[in-house]
Amino acid sequence: MQRIGVFVCWCGSNIAATVDVEAVSQALAKEPGVVFSTNYQYMCSQTGQDMIQSKIHEYNLSAVVICSCSPRMHEATFRRTCEKAGLNPYMVEIANIREQCSWIHKDRAEATEKAVILGRAAIAKVQLNAPLTAGTSPVTKRALVIGGGIAGIQTALDIADAGFEVDIVEKEPTIGGKMTQIDKTFPTLDCAACILTPKMVDCAQNEKITIYAYSEVEAVSGFVGSFRVKIRRKARYVKEDVCTGCGLCTEKCPQKKVPNAFNLGLDTRRAIYIPFAQAVPKVATIDADYCTMLRTGKCGVCSKVCEAGAIDYKQKDEVIEREYGAIVAATGYNPISLAQFDEFAYSQSPDVVSSLEFERLMNAAGPTGGTLLRPSDGTHPKTIVFVQCVGSRCDGAEKGKPYCSKICCMYTAKHAMLCREKYPDTDVYVFYIDVRTPGKNFDEFYRRAVEEYGVHYIKGMVGKVVPENGKLKVRASDLLDGRQLHIDADMVVLAAAIEPDKSARPLATMLTASMDTNDFFTEAHPKLRPVESPTAGIFLSGACQGPKDIPETVAQAGAAASKVIGLLSKDQLTCNPCVAAPNEMMCNGCSSCEKVCPYGAITYVDKEFRGPNRTTLIRRVAQVNPAVCQGCGACTVACPSGAMDLKGFSNRQIMAEVDAICL
Amino acid sequence: MLQVKAIELLESGAVDRVLGWKKGDFFYDLTPAVFESADEVRREFAYGPFAGANLSKYLIAESRRGGKVGVFLKPCDTYSLVQLLKEHRVLRENVYVVGVQCEGMCDIEKIRDAGCAGVTAVEEDGDRLKVATLYGERTVDRRDVLLEKCAACKSRKLVIYDELIGEQGDVIDSNRFDKVAALEAMTPEQRYEFWRGELSRCIRCNACRNVCPACSCEKCVFDNPDSGVRNKAAADSFEENMFHIIRAFHVASRCTDCGECSRVCPQHIPLHLLNRKFIKDINELYGEYQAGADFDSRPPLMDFTQGDCEPSIVYQRGGAKA
Repeated sequence: MQRIGVFVCWCGSNIAATVDVEAVSQALAKEPGVVFSTNYQYMCSQTGQDMIQSKIHEYNLSAVVICSCSPRMHEATFRRTCEKAGLNPYMVEIANIREQCSWIHKDRAEATEKAVILGRAAIAKVQLNAPLTAGTSPVTKRALVIGGGIAGIQTALDIADAGFEVDIVEKEPTIGGKMTQIDKTFPTLDCAACILTPKMVDCAQNEKITIYAYSEVEAVSGFVGSFRVKIRRKARYVKEDVCTGCGLCTEKCPQKKVPNAFNLGLDTRRAIYIPFAQAVPKVATIDADYCTMLRTGKCGVCSKVCEAGAIDYKQKDEVIEREYGAIVAATGYNPISLAQFDEFAYSQSPDVVSSLEFERLMNAAGPTGGTLLRPSDGTHPKTIVFVQCVGSRCDGAEKGKPYCSKICCMYTAKHAMLCREKYPDTDVYVFYIDVRTPGKNFDEFYRRAVEEYGVHYIKGMVGKVVPENGKLKVRASDLLDGRQLHIDADMVVLAAAIEPDKSARPLATMLTASMDTNDFFTEAHPKLRPVESPTAGIFLSGACQGPKDIPETVAQAGAAASKVIGLLSKDQLTCNPCVAAPNEMMCNGCSSCEKVCPYGAITYVDKEFRGPNRTTLIRRVAQVNPAVCQGCGACTVACPSGAMDLKGFSNRQIMAEVDAICL
Repeated sequence: MLQVKAIELLESGAVDRVLGWKKGDFFYDLTPAVFESADEVRREFAYGPFAGANLSKYLIAESRRGGKVGVFLKPCDTYSLVQLLKEHRVLRENVYVVGVQCEGMCDIEKIRDAGCAGVTAVEEDGDRLKVATLYGERTVDRRDVLLEKCAACKSRKLVIYDELIGEQGDVIDSNRFDKVAALEAMTPEQRYEFWRGELSRCIRCNACRNVCPACSCEKCVFDNPDSGVRNKAAADSFEENMFHIIRAFHVASRCTDCGECSRVCPQHIPLHLLNRKFIKDINELYGEYQAGADFDSRPPLMDFTQGDCEPSIVYQRGGAKA
């Protein structure tokens, strides 16, 4: 029987307002094994911790139960407290009476009763606790950044700057991401390429950074400090180390009718291509879906014109395996498909474009050379209607996203302003639900669009767009004037909502990182740990965590890098001693546990056992490598005989908790 | 024919023992038996329409006793052996498998229910059975008196054998999930009543567990005082439901649906329906899967792929509102 001390925390009024803490400490004092029970205003304060330590000595406690906030909050704190008083840190159990009790209940009597039950479960468990000792595991001093947009680039540069090796995996042929497609950036209107391309070049030239462009992460195993990652290097059919990026092949290729993805299909490119002039790495790529040589075996023009001899039609995908100490997800975003929003006639008229397409139409390197022309007939549009919140803030609707995409208000103000500046004879209307401008110099920017540039901002939504005789008939409502508007527009620009890249969901599965219902990665804590995933060693950078503009993305990228640097600068990580261990006498050797182990921690040996009547039996039994086991417990559930158990969370302990609650 | 083969295997020295069947107390309860010599085989070996017992589980012990053991396996029994081999429970190198094609095994209760009282002997006659009774000879259609597991036979294919008696068959498109679908169509209250009615007859004789090839643990959780489960099974006033449900969970995605649990149940509880419910759910949630059909596949509940359905789907199927 343990000598247990129970310490009930008020957490100021967080717990004490809903739970009668005095009643809880009195009730728990009567539980078997409890020799001391008290309550205090802030158990995590220095005074509270001092009290715990003095009571451990005074009552010769062998185990401690703290009824307080979630163990995710202060378990480590209280373990340290008890360790300093000479107790094994794993003789501490936390009963979560804040997040799982006081915060979610209103009725004081019910909450108090539940707090007592939770405390009783923790006492029942701690009765069966055993002292555990943590080992250590080494840290691979190399980081992986998944995604080569501005978020990934900034994270990689900052990690490399601290002296650590870092690899960028980018699925497109070049790094740069969405920012390469953007023309100007708000609120300063400096050119996106001018501020981005130097960073891309820095990445390429930094000897600590390796760029795996046109590659994708295929499998991830291992754990914080030593992840093993398989990276698929997709076949470019061009030798990356030989190609000089001269671009001759992209001029001579006879297959001219390939939709140019970089310009969102607004123009065409060749089957062999370099996405844009500043691409990094500046290497050509053959589009296997369109290349005549790859499809029919007849052509080979690029191979003939390439002086470097870089073309290799027989190239195959290659899978490489690397080890990393930390992984950063920076998979970014995409505008949603507008297929479901046909009231705006997106699929009916080429003059209805998305905002990202509009960026390309305004860009000097875009399909129109920077002159704003209608895609349908190449004339200057005189009346342009911008529609905001297309697919954003659609809570409860079947289509669209419930959240605010955050960046659309500002880029639409930018688009409107640029139109009026370049073409003062254009009429520009912006339809909005709200204009949201929280950010440094953001509201000033929006005011300039309205006041200096004379953009017509109208509160209300566009109901329908009908293409008619080369015009776009826009029907909308002006909510402030309370009237219907009919505008004959030449162009309509839709501010499509943004969503996480499609690659994020399977990646989260591989990383065992959690996601929210919109497929954004979730943070370890929304306020206090915003750049860490709840999965140790996985960090979040940029829009994969939530909609963000460029300054915010760069700030978060730096923050993620600093967390990675903090991890990589350690030589050893303290292991979790709560690992699995088999009872060999009961092990069937059936391999169930090995099959479900995500870390490869389980192997088998043939061992001799004493059988009945002085015979010897040889049986196949499981062995767990405690340095590799992460204590996830999957094996203990899979084991049919219950031979596999988890230290600190044994089946008996969990059953004891359940019994304490139910019986 | 099987007897001849058993004698041949023992006399040639190809095997040291043969695992087969011998007559029990009555002519219709053929019992698994180990034969160490050709003489024993001549004296006691028996095979016929009542050889329903699946011999594969006995190989766990027999394959480890030293020497080589010959075994007769019907198609459904071979699935059990493959599953046991996948779980490293049987040493393949010590086993010589004689596959036996099977026309379905018979249930004496059904023969009696068909109006044959005082049965003294049963003889195969093509698709029919000649039943000798105290009151004269009758004949019954074999299909009408098959064991429950044979009436819903899933496969005539032998998935493992070293030699074959009879012809290799195919997987059968069986109707074995019909009864499960009918149970699923009931309201939760009706279903509870159905199972309560069935399981309340349980006398906890453990025959189902002892015969089940998937229940092959070194130490069963129900026999282990430390498991915390042993007392749980009896904690409820309706205690047997816990035992059978825990057992069904333990064999889920490893159960080959050999039907032995229901065959041996002295109280005629349709235990195979619990296992089939799991198999049907697994088929629907994770794709068609037959335990023991091959050596390479992984049991769906011990595997994880990106294509697996999200837990919420399982939750919704449980009747939860989205």
